[in-house]
Amino acid sequence: MSTVIDVEHLDFSFGSGALTQPVLKDITLSIQKGEIVLITGPSGSGKTTFLTIIGGLRQAFHGSVRVLDQQFINSSEPVKVKVRQQIGYIFQQHNLLKSLTALQNVSMTLEMGNTLTEQQRRDRSAEMLIAVGLGDRLEYKPGQLSGGQLQRVSIARALVGQPKIILADEPTASLDKQSGYEAVSLLKRLAKESQTTILLVTHDYRILDIADRVVELEDGVIKKV
Amino acid sequence: MNKLAWFYFPARLAWRQLIFDRSKLVAAICGVLFACVLVFMQLGFKDSLYASAASAPVKLSGDLFLMHKQSEAMWRPVQFKRSELMRALGNPAVAEVYPLYLGLAPFKNIQTQVKRTLMVYGFDPDSQIFNIDEIKSKQIDLRLKDTVLFDEYSRPEFGPVRQLLEADQNVTEINDYKVNIVGLFRMGVSFAADGNVITSDLNFMRIFPRRHHSDIDMGVIKLHPGASAKQVEAELKSQLNEFINIFTYEELLKYEKDYWANTAPIGFIFGFGTVMGWVVGLVIVYQILFTDIANHRNEFATLKAMGYEHSYFIRLVFASAFFLAVLGFIPGYLLSVGLYHLAESQMYMPMPMLLSKIITVFMFILSMCVMAGLLAIRKLKDANPADMF
Ligand SMILES: Nc1ncnc2c1ncn2[C@@H]1O[C@H](COP(=O)(O)OP(=O)(O)OP(=O)(O)O)[C@@H](O)[C@H]1O
Ligand SMILES: [Mg+2]
Repeated sequence: MSTVIDVEHLDFSFGSGALTQPVLKDITLSIQKGEIVLITGPSGSGKTTFLTIIGGLRQAFHGSVRVLDQQFINSSEPVKVKVRQQIGYIFQQHNLLKSLTALQNVSMTLEMGNTLTEQQRRDRSAEMLIAVGLGDRLEYKPGQLSGGQLQRVSIARALVGQPKIILADEPTASLDKQSGYEAVSLLKRLAKESQTTILLVTHDYRILDIADRVVELEDGVIKKV
Repeated sequence: MNKLAWFYFPARLAWRQLIFDRSKLVAAICGVLFACVLVFMQLGFKDSLYASAASAPVKLSGDLFLMHKQSEAMWRPVQFKRSELMRALGNPAVAEVYPLYLGLAPFKNIQTQVKRTLMVYGFDPDSQIFNIDEIKSKQIDLRLKDTVLFDEYSRPEFGPVRQLLEADQNVTEINDYKVNIVGLFRMGVSFAADGNVITSDLNFMRIFPRRHHSDIDMGVIKLHPGASAKQVEAELKSQLNEFINIFTYEELLKYEKDYWANTAPIGFIFGFGTVMGWVVGLVIVYQILFTDIANHRNEFATLKAMGYEHSYFIRLVFASAFFLAVLGFIPGYLLSVGLYHLAESQMYMPMPMLLSKIITVFMFILSMCVMAGLLAIRKLKDANPADMF
């Protein structure tokens, strides 16, 4: 098994000078290919911050963060953009483009690589939407879909590019118990098929059973692995 | 495919976002349309001004023209001695010389009795210094006492002269002097004069009793066939008094146009109006692009998180600017065509919709939108993907 995410002695603080607020302290964590890892912990413990650093969205300066064999500490923007293109993101809010249909939203992931024809992009996006159970909603715009459906579209958008890693921040927070569980199980099933690594932040104890491993963060320190 | 995709994908997204919110799109198009019409009208009036400024000299037929150095333009001439014109005959290349008398005077509308100023041209009816057939054919009538020809293209405020003539109502007053209108010709109005009348030099002195034969406003010189106007011009410059300006035909046209473009404040006013149209349009388009970026900030940040580069969004903004330019220009152009027709029929000003003008205005609008895009892309910095989680 190969290591996909390898974090060693990561320190991170917001602000500078007297206002420095340490958020992550000496984090060491490595995640293997195909693993599903959940991060839980009280509010303000630094979960989201950790996720944005792993995702190459926030620059950290101390320690080592290797994602898909790229060092993120003191790295340049192009390096991070390259890695980001191999990561699927699922946000707490669905963050779909409201002027595009479900199909077009999912296709946005594929337009980046630009290795496919328009028809191939459509076919693969449609397949993905069928897989998340939205085969009959391809041409719907976000305004015409329910919260659960929107979250499933964003799961499809994250998965369609066949990413090596999925990063998800409280994907079930805006969903009811039933559809939240369904969305996460769906994510797990599709990810297991393609050996995709998942790092998922959640407060939701009902979904802990889908994880291979649960990491608990408290005050910026990993408490229990 | 790769080169195409570089612009095609952001442009397609820009287009989809534009057409998603129809009411905002309509507002944006109206802004560009407004700027477009404003610029079209300013340029139209300006060109029309320059074209009509030269409508009188265009109809003159001669090789060289003399004016006083202090004459800024034909409509406000300073007189000089006729003997100065006669001295030009000393040059062997000069065949004939003719004086031209110019004066602004009130003309009484035959129907309403209302007086309005027009331009009176006085010339020797035996000369051929006007290149207008109706004038040439009325030579004999013009030799008679108190006869004038009326410019059919004068503004309608002077009365329906053609119908009046057909009804044998041809007596009116110019400068409170009774004259007979014996015919019509076609020359065109300018910003200096709303109408024109042509008469003989003798009648001109009757209409303007204080003017004298020996004080002329302009001299028209005809050369022997084969003589070079440029060369004779140079020779005359040294032979004639230094307060005389000598022009070839082209130089005279340019002199008249330059007066309106530079000396008269009108050229500046239109230039200013054009720039204002550009600025107003710029502000409107900038405002639209700016709020558009602000509204899509989360969407852009999401796409950035997914791995889209910053330059993708710059292309997207410029594509939006381009679409707005085109979408606003098309109705703006159509509306301007209508307004040009209206101006031609209502104000008797020549307003041709030339291809060069269409291209100029489109470039103008495009530069306006691109500038608005340049100002708006700063707002893209607000789309920070780290804030999305
Ligand atoms: N952009 C920022 N600037 C300054 N401080 C920040 C910023 N974002 C987060 N913080 C601080 O960092 C700490 C960790 O925040 P973070 O969002 O990572 O917590 P979290 O574990 O995701 O909490 P929650 O479960 O409520 O989402 C908090 O104390 C927060 O106030
Ligand atoms: Mg959080």
